[in-house]
Amino acid sequence: MDIERFKYKRRLRFGWLLKMAWRDSRRNRSRLFLFISSIVLGIAALVAIFSLGDNVRSDIDSQAKTLVGADLVIESNKRVSSRIRPLLDSLGDQRSIERTFASMIYFTKNDGTRLVQVRALEGDYPYYGSIETTPARASRAFRNNRQALVDKTLMLQYNAKVGDSIMIGDVTFAIAGVITKAPGRTGISTTVAPPVYIPLKYLDSTGLIQKGSRIATAYYYKYNNPATIGSIVSGIEPRLEKEGLDYDTVEERKKNTGRAFENFNQFLTLISFIALLLGCIGVASAIHIYMREKIASIAILRCLGVNSSQAFLIYLIQIVTIGLIGSVLGAVLGIVIQQQLPAVFKDFLPVQVTTTMSWKAISQGLISGVVISLLFALLPLVSVRNISPLYTLRLAVEHVRFRDPLKWLVYAIILFFVAGFTWWQIHDWRQAIVFTLSILAAFLLLSLVALLLRWLVRRFFPTSWNYLWRQGFANLYRPNNQTLILIVTIGLGAAFIGTLYFVQDILISRVTLSGSGNQPNMVLFDIQNNQKDSVAALAKQYKLPVMQQVPIVTMRVEEINKQTSSQVKQDTSSGFRTEAYEWEFRVTYRDTLTSSEKLTAGKLYGPVKTADDVIYISMEDRYAKRIHVNLGDHIIFNVQGTLIPTVVGSLRQVDWQRVQTNFRVVFPTGVLEEAPQFHVLVTRVPSPEVSAGFQQAVVKKYPNVSVIDLNLILTVLDEVLDKIGFVIRFMAGFSIITGLIVLVASVLISKFQRMQESILLRTLGASRKQILFITALEYFFLGALAAATGILLSMAASWALAKYSFNAPFTPHWLPIVVLFAAISLLTVIIGLFNSRSVLNKPPLEVLRKEV
Amino acid sequence: METILNVKNVSKTYQGAGQTLTVLNDVNFAVEAGSTVSIVGPSGSGKTTLLGLCAGLDRASLGSVELNNIKLDKLSEDERAQVRNRYVGFIFQNFQLLPTLTALENVMVPLELRGEKNIRSRSITLLEKVGLQNRMHHYPAQLSGGEQQRVSLARAFSNNPRILFADEPTGNLDVETSDKVIKLLFDLNQEAGTTLIIVTHNMELASQTKRIIKIKGGHLVADELN
Ligand SMILES: Nc1ncnc2c1ncn2[C@@H]1O[C@H](COP(=O)(O)OP(=O)(O)O)[C@@H](O)[C@H]1O
Ligand SMILES: [Mg+2]
Repeated sequence: MDIERFKYKRRLRFGWLLKMAWRDSRRNRSRLFLFISSIVLGIAALVAIFSLGDNVRSDIDSQAKTLVGADLVIESNKRVSSRIRPLLDSLGDQRSIERTFASMIYFTKNDGTRLVQVRALEGDYPYYGSIETTPARASRAFRNNRQALVDKTLMLQYNAKVGDSIMIGDVTFAIAGVITKAPGRTGISTTVAPPVYIPLKYLDSTGLIQKGSRIATAYYYKYNNPATIGSIVSGIEPRLEKEGLDYDTVEERKKNTGRAFENFNQFLTLISFIALLLGCIGVASAIHIYMREKIASIAILRCLGVNSSQAFLIYLIQIVTIGLIGSVLGAVLGIVIQQQLPAVFKDFLPVQVTTTMSWKAISQGLISGVVISLLFALLPLVSVRNISPLYTLRLAVEHVRFRDPLKWLVYAIILFFVAGFTWWQIHDWRQAIVFTLSILAAFLLLSLVALLLRWLVRRFFPTSWNYLWRQGFANLYRPNNQTLILIVTIGLGAAFIGTLYFVQDILISRVTLSGSGNQPNMVLFDIQNNQKDSVAALAKQYKLPVMQQVPIVTMRVEEINKQTSSQVKQDTSSGFRTEAYEWEFRVTYRDTLTSSEKLTAGKLYGPVKTADDVIYISMEDRYAKRIHVNLGDHIIFNVQGTLIPTVVGSLRQVDWQRVQTNFRVVFPTGVLEEAPQFHVLVTRVPSPEVSAGFQQAVVKKYPNVSVIDLNLILTVLDEVLDKIGFVIRFMAGFSIITGLIVLVASVLISKFQRMQESILLRTLGASRKQILFITALEYFFLGALAAATGILLSMAASWALAKYSFNAPFTPHWLPIVVLFAAISLLTVIIGLFNSRSVLNKPPLEVLRKEV
Repeated sequence: METILNVKNVSKTYQGAGQTLTVLNDVNFAVEAGSTVSIVGPSGSGKTTLLGLCAGLDRASLGSVELNNIKLDKLSEDERAQVRNRYVGFIFQNFQLLPTLTALENVMVPLELRGEKNIRSRSITLLEKVGLQNRMHHYPAQLSGGEQQRVSLARAFSNNPRILFADEPTGNLDVETSDKVIKLLFDLNQEAGTTLIIVTHNMELASQTKRIIKIKGGHLVADELN
């Protein structure tokens, strides 16, 4: 007999591998599908958000003109000097002017008063797009009459109808129409300051425009040949800048709108990504269990001569296939979801969004999804290469216990991919790394808790308890337990929901708190010099305390340490200071500190007595730091044309939390008394009724005075938070539902794990009730611990956010926490029991034959 | 006669809990091609371990194993896998059929791995020989223990192995079924002229082989011809 020399040939036989993958998956397809269902929603969210991004980007491009409404806009926050007037009047082929200011309006029908944004308009603006109104013709018609357009929310709030009258200052206008949409304005901005349009020609007769009034002016220009805009703008730019005027063109607006939208889009993408990651954890753990069950089959194949790469590939093929199917399903679902997004985000999107299929977005979502889910699946999959054929001989003795360097490589790649994906979205390495590490920390912490629990139960096992309890507890650490995966997924879900809730709570209570006790809750501003005393008297008449009455002078910075704005702009090393030159400061003068202020450096020098005295001002410390100004620095202020040289004499810490007037810059007395100024009065109203009555009295007598009621701020904040909350809940929904799917999948898989055992128990005569109890106990324990850990995590995160981001105290309410805790624990138990019912309802043998 | 299996000075030790456990101690024997050998000994004496080493499922701590003149110790795990596929057949105490494959597919796998021709008809012939022509498309879970072991016999012979290892092939079967399976095993073996190595503590089974190797506590204590 001739003996052939053995020569090793590594052959893959790909066709056969495909066949084996197909065969091997036979009895597990529904389970494989279960694993992958956990990533469907994450991918759907990514595809939908990517598509939205693509759509909005192209919509911004095509709609930028209607956002601006003109070819060129020149804006000013102060009175426009006569030097530049001729230029402004000569630009463009058509011109419109819009003057905007805050004022009270008064609904005559029901005495309602509210602070609004009055926009006095002259000309045919907008030239592109339109102010959309009901009735539609009102948007043009009101310009020629004593009529106004009123924002929709305002109309609803005051139950007003077209044809009703409103008073602005001394003039009564008839409401010509309801604004449904104005150029470039989103839902959020109209909630904060609802617009009311009036014809410019009635502005003077309202009597609202007086010296010191804060009024912004916009000049809108239309060019018959818009192509020339670029060169026109560069020609007039230096002059505009010299006069402190801003300009806006369609191109400019495209850029700015795009930038603002990108931030929003990044936020949405990251939330979708978290949902996907959560799903991936589910996939990894499910495949881990799947592979553990496959050890025997793999060992047999190895015995029969399958090499390690073939064994690995058989399962990789299964997982890639099912991953692809899941991703495609996800993408399809994503396209469906995409159709709903414009409605969901309407208050946040700058443009009317179209929903066209974006192949780029779809493929980006698909690729990201397949890659990340595959990476996670690789974690349990790489072990396949190391399964020895020896298992066929002694199945029970050996366990897969080894540290595979490849596994660490996969971990590293996953981290790198997560960081890379985040960077791709937010283009900032530092933030990307912080994001990745926070997620990692949450995972690690939850895993740690799970491991600790497992260890504790084992260490302090209640041996004296009755059988059912012991069995329930033992399920937490016995082989094939689901402790780790369930605690991580449920815990992350709980942490997510908890954080959302707490943040909303912090924001609301931050405002509510500041209005409690004897804190002021109403501010009257724009009070003229000659109204100062009588407004105070009116307040007293309503038995309201005058808690603060301060003069306010608006001014700009001309020079800091002999450097003008343009010099600073050239010197890039001090670039961050430029904002100081652009800011319009509202400054008061006094010689003492208020209760919300604390001196941190220097001292207050007291009144200025002679014209030669140095004027020592006091600056808020954080702002000073931001613009790099120190004690002793020289600042020249420009008060409506008059230059006032000053020296920084002190720095103050200011508590901005309270409803009262706080200032970045405080002058000493003896300097600004004669400057154009208005006054602010701070008071506390005891009830909404008193507030309404007092506001009506003020508006009737002093129409130029604006009133901000804390209640109004609260309502507005509520509305805004509601809108934001809806978006966050919508996005968090992806994670939460993914968490639920992972939960269902994990529990279902553990069902297979526990099946043998429950059947054994059943065969040994355990009653339905007893098995139910054991199962319920196990899942309650898991659910409760995961929920508790997750909620604690969310509290830690919220506390950190409260302290470092919102500067607010964090005092969580216990009831919602308890409710959340109970809900999550209960849900876990219900899903656990629901999934175990097949064991309970069928005869043991049938289950054995069918499912094992 | 040609030597198909040569075990030289083989020892196997396990490192565990700070002590060294010697499971096999300096075992020597050679097997001629075409012969039948049984390895007998009490439980825990190291029979399965020895079989694993001979079949290249594991590596010896000391000594060498040559299978078909190939030094197994020098090969990687993947290379040994290929040796197994080409020259070795297995029968296990607990059958070790792939649960997601039908009886027929289980028999086909070794042939498919080698990329041979007429796989299906050859496998069907084998299944007919073991009397399972009516159960070809059943999954292992749908077969009795004896039927499963017959499938595994068919699979073991499907790649025309030069040597067949069986670890307690009747350990999980009742006496009556055992007898049937043993008969089939020897018949198929006779027909194919395969070298057969059976690990067993069933003396009746052992007595049907030409040679009996006895081990005890890891030592080869007797090597007799029947
Ligand atoms: N992986 C291992 N680690 C430690 N001891 C082992 C291992 N595998 C087998 N043994 C020990 O080796 C001895 C021989 O086992 P085995 O070959 O299975 O005996 P037999 O098949 O003769 O019953 C036993 O005492 C067993 O406990
Ligand atoms: Mg044995």
